[in-house]
Amino acid sequence: MDSGGQFSDFLQFLFMGIQRGCIYAMVAMGFNIIYNATGIINFAQGEFVVLGGLMMVTLTMVLPLPLPVAFMLTAAFVMAVGVLMERATINPVKNPSVLRLIIITIAVSILIKGLAMLFWGKESRHMRHFSGEESLHVLGATILPQTLWIIGALVLTVGLFVYFFNYTMTGKSMRACAINRDAARLAGINDRNLIMLSFALSAAIGAIAGIIITPVIQMDYGRGALLGLKGFGAAVVGGLGNSFGAVAAGLILGVIEAMAAGYISSHYMDAVALLILLIVLFVRPSGIFGDREAARFKEF
Amino acid sequence: MGAKHYIGLVVLLLLILVTPQAVGNDYYLGMLVFAGINCLACIGLSLLMGYAGQISLGHAAFIGIGAYVSGYLTVKMGVGIWPAMAAGVGGCVLMALVIGIPALKLKGHYLAMATLGFGEILYIVAVAATGITGGPEGINNIPRLRLFGLALDSDTRFFYFTWALVFAGLFFALNLIHSRVGRGLMAVHGSEDAAGSLGVNTARYKIQVFVLSAIYAGIAGSLYAHYVNYIDPGPFGVMHSVLLVTMVAVGGMHYIWGAVGGAVFLSLLPELLSLLSEYFEDTGIQYQSDYDTLIYGAILLLVMLFLPEGIAGGLADLAEKTRKIMDSRGAGTEK
Repeated sequence: MDSGGQFSDFLQFLFMGIQRGCIYAMVAMGFNIIYNATGIINFAQGEFVVLGGLMMVTLTMVLPLPLPVAFMLTAAFVMAVGVLMERATINPVKNPSVLRLIIITIAVSILIKGLAMLFWGKESRHMRHFSGEESLHVLGATILPQTLWIIGALVLTVGLFVYFFNYTMTGKSMRACAINRDAARLAGINDRNLIMLSFALSAAIGAIAGIIITPVIQMDYGRGALLGLKGFGAAVVGGLGNSFGAVAAGLILGVIEAMAAGYISSHYMDAVALLILLIVLFVRPSGIFGDREAARFKEF
Repeated sequence: MGAKHYIGLVVLLLLILVTPQAVGNDYYLGMLVFAGINCLACIGLSLLMGYAGQISLGHAAFIGIGAYVSGYLTVKMGVGIWPAMAAGVGGCVLMALVIGIPALKLKGHYLAMATLGFGEILYIVAVAATGITGGPEGINNIPRLRLFGLALDSDTRFFYFTWALVFAGLFFALNLIHSRVGRGLMAVHGSEDAAGSLGVNTARYKIQVFVLSAIYAGIAGSLYAHYVNYIDPGPFGVMHSVLLVTMVAVGGMHYIWGAVGGAVFLSLLPELLSLLSEYFEDTGIQYQSDYDTLIYGAILLLVMLFLPEGIAGGLADLAEKTRKIMDSRGAGTEK
């Protein structure tokens, strides 16, 4: 193969990697929001993505509603699930051990998975691309319009979150809580409501990830665990709680994964991100981007 | 080990002896063999979770290693069953050391995710490494166990053998937690720093329990392979790891007996529910295996919210309260 072909292959893998990476980045941001507010890792994070995707399929393909309406309804639905989860399973538990909290969020994830299977069945659900499936040609490689939607969604979400956490009172209160809960309480911040809000926001970002990725991957009820695990990988590599790190790490993981699939073997593709997660956990649990100082001051 | 445990063991032994006659149906006996296999894995996991306070969301992978090493060596290399089983357990020990030594430095959420990632990686390898594992098609014609020249070819025989192992495993675990090691473990669970300052080598204890729990899982896996005679990656995925954690947590993390009870209860539950639904056939309610995930999730959530010490813990609480009420009544009448 000539060098031009090699370059276009590389570009193709890069696009694929960025597309996957955007999703991992968003899942990782979802983990961080709840982690910063509560210190909990929500094992049902991947389930938010699945719910977002499947609900969107129903609203757009079965009913069919226009995309923007379906988008808002889906996001509202998954946020409601997030709020319900917090009110019913996190809020009532007083002084829980970490082990118990882990098992509670795992239980919620199994419950959601079981319900999703009941409502949507076991088969993968197909959804129309947002703006056609005609590929665009870029330097010999092709890119789906949906990939551009995905990149746009990540940029927009990051923008909204930067605005929210830096320029709104509620966002600033959440950051204050993440840095020092007691001090925030003394300053008159109601941290209980903020915890609920963190679940709502985290669910929303999961829903958005699910909505935009479903046309490309076809959603099914069982995808939550792996999506969650890889998103957690991105969160850890970026330094848990650090959302800029999460975005960067998500993209890097996605690209490495796509390169491994393209140049080595697609069979082991899913194992690559997990292997990186294990190595980072074992060697440098504070993440690649977060030095310890930054990890303490949770930016975003 | 207290008298209560000895009474429990005797009762269990009697139950094991009479069950095949009482059940008298190979299908249900087979279910009980699977329940026993889950019991073995859960006893090990309960030592890790309840007594060392460490979670593993990758234990199905150890069951898988036991099963695949056993299956591969007997079918493709012509190795005898017992050496193959030993090799399976050896493989588990090795893998537990490789993963456990770095992973057990982690705590809480990190450890849970690390073990989950490990389990998922092994599952991916089991599907992808078709040359060794047979991929999704798996390994066929794995020989049944033989014991002293006696083929364990009937479900009754296999039932006795499996549950003899459960009994032995339980006896060993109960002895362990009532030994110096067990007290050290509980200290690690209570407070790692305090235990460390009192001279308990916490890192070594955690690794040892992790390896021990992997051995239990490995034996369970080999047993599974030589019972079903066929393995594919399906039963060794993350969902089964989560199910094992569910069994231990529902039974009661801090009670070895709870792990046994939880494993038997949840292994048989889908069957019980579908039997039950036959009685309600007229109402149109029919239990399907599709509901399993939902039921397990709901039970785990309810137990964790309302009975954090599991069913065994709930029973112990109840016994304690009854005793107190009786005592206070007794005290009242004396006056």
